[in-house]
Amino acid sequence: MTAVLEIAGLQKTYRSRKGVRRALDGFDMTVEAGQVHGFLGPNGSGKTTTLRTLLGLIKPNGGRMAILGREVPESLPEVAGQVGAIVESPQFFGNFTAQDTLSLLADAGGVRKERVVAVLELVGLRDRSKDRVKTYSLGMKQRLAVASALLKEPKLLILDEPANGLDPGGIREMRTLMRNLAESGMTVVLSSHILGEIQLICDSVTIISAGRRVAAGSVADVLKTHTSSSVKVGLEAGVDMRPAIELLRANGAQVSVEHDHFTVGNAGNPAQITRILAERGIYVSELTPMSADLESVFLELTGTAPVEGQNRQVDQTAAATPASGGWGQ
Amino acid sequence: MSLYSAETRRLTKRRFTKLFILGVTLILAAVAVGMFFTNEKVGPSQIASAQAQAQQDYQRSQEQFGRDMADCRAAQGTDRAGNWPPGCEGMVEPTPDDFQAQWYMPPTFDFLENFPDMVTTLAALLALVAFIVGASFVGAEWSSGGMMNLLLWRPQRLRVLGTKLVALLAFFTALTVVFSAVWTGLFYLIAQARGSTEGLTSGAWQSIGLMELRGLVLVIVAGAVGFGLASLGRHTAMALGVTIGALIVFQFGLGTVLSLAEVKFAEAYLIPIWMIAWMDKEVKVEDYNSCDFSSASGCVPDSLTLTWPMAGGILAGVFVLVVVAAMWTMRSRDVT
Repeated sequence: MTAVLEIAGLQKTYRSRKGVRRALDGFDMTVEAGQVHGFLGPNGSGKTTTLRTLLGLIKPNGGRMAILGREVPESLPEVAGQVGAIVESPQFFGNFTAQDTLSLLADAGGVRKERVVAVLELVGLRDRSKDRVKTYSLGMKQRLAVASALLKEPKLLILDEPANGLDPGGIREMRTLMRNLAESGMTVVLSSHILGEIQLICDSVTIISAGRRVAAGSVADVLKTHTSSSVKVGLEAGVDMRPAIELLRANGAQVSVEHDHFTVGNAGNPAQITRILAERGIYVSELTPMSADLESVFLELTGTAPVEGQNRQVDQTAAATPASGGWGQ
Repeated sequence: MSLYSAETRRLTKRRFTKLFILGVTLILAAVAVGMFFTNEKVGPSQIASAQAQAQQDYQRSQEQFGRDMADCRAAQGTDRAGNWPPGCEGMVEPTPDDFQAQWYMPPTFDFLENFPDMVTTLAALLALVAFIVGASFVGAEWSSGGMMNLLLWRPQRLRVLGTKLVALLAFFTALTVVFSAVWTGLFYLIAQARGSTEGLTSGAWQSIGLMELRGLVLVIVAGAVGFGLASLGRHTAMALGVTIGALIVFQFGLGTVLSLAEVKFAEAYLIPIWMIAWMDKEVKVEDYNSCDFSSASGCVPDSLTLTWPMAGGILAGVFVLVVVAAMWTMRSRDVT
């Protein structure tokens, strides 16, 4: 597959009287053609800085970027016609109608006028296109933003939080739209905090934390690589769980006790559990690998999982080292 | 070209632009209507009436003088003599020259004499509108995120800002040319109906044309400065704030300090005098604290003549400084 977007070693440093802050610290990212790619990261991790730098709005301090095989920002004017983007929630003049807004952008970008009607239809704003933007809800403005990004019939579509403000129906429509666009050959990069959505519609993801890439690859691979290798263990009814738990803990297992079962958190080789318990005459009735979802992987990798009794601050993230191996291996 | 036409459309579609142009049109219309109704054509009957009134006032004044002289003489040698000049000397008898008929004439619009003030009025108003609309045109784009949106479409920062500026200046050039033509025609008609169009030689028309051209330059510089300041601060309020600050510092603060310090030609440090020098071709600033004595004319204050090339140099300097600074920051600063 061809890489539509490549970022290598991207660096951006902000200097102020308070000191130096590395917004991007050697960030890497690759997006293959025709994919829907999720770009995830907690607040302040560098997502928007990355997108702005890629689109020429911010000058990087180092690194290399390429869009559709052309180095940017040098070749940005040439490739801009093939890149549709919304960065954060763009604001539009409230007194202009959606039709005016898109028509002015089409004029500025040399796009055919017919596209204006087509994209308004596509995002579901056809009947409200003559209304002033200031009468729109947040979700409608978001639809207009997506329409503006689609106006150019781009090969690469970059959307920062496109589902922001959309109702459940709108989110589902957006999901279908992204899928259809990808099927038509368009590559979509999607930044979002709605991890369930990303898991549903993305082929691949990149996770950023503290300005660095902490995970990348297909959604399945990321889940597999970063899955917590936890195993749910159930014993026969009426059997006391305590001896089994003490036995496993004595062998180095991380056990957490639930109501009617317990979980071994670092079970790299679940067969060890059955062997150790069977040797003492304790037999398991259930041994289920616990599958991780994108949310738990995200929280683990970015170190942003809520901790009881603590108030996490915005920049408080951890570029966690991916787990490798585990007890029993 | 597509970017240019998009920017022109964006400018003319803005409600802010429409409101300000409507406002300035109404103000100019009010000035024209006011001039029409406060002036009248001078004919033989107005001249005769003015002469009669001048003669009447002269006679009344002479009669008063006669009564005063009689009172003065009667008071000589009494304790009332102190109320009058000693020996009644120094009491000046009025002459017919003190009551010239022209001073009794009704106001009349002499195109050659009065229209230059109207050209200055038009240029000042349009310059103000150009400044505010220019500042808002780019300032609103910056503060609303519209500029970022535009740069995503056209990632050529200087071209985007430059095209925006050119569209703004071209619009105000066209507007000023049209308004100047209508303004000239309107006041020519007012002069014909309510005054005089005498002395309008080709040289006079050329002079009016050049003055209107200087007015156009003033409008362009004001628009560019408003645009540049708002772009530097990335907000409309930046341009308005700088202007209000400059007015307070230069016009009131510096003016007061300079006059307290009795600085020579203090007026020359203030902005309006340079605008007048630009529009009227020259203006003379006098230092009333000095005295060049000559036996022929007595004490004459020192004077400094500010000319239109000097004022033009300042306008060009401000224009280049603000536009270059705006372009440089556009090129180098991150868009966040």
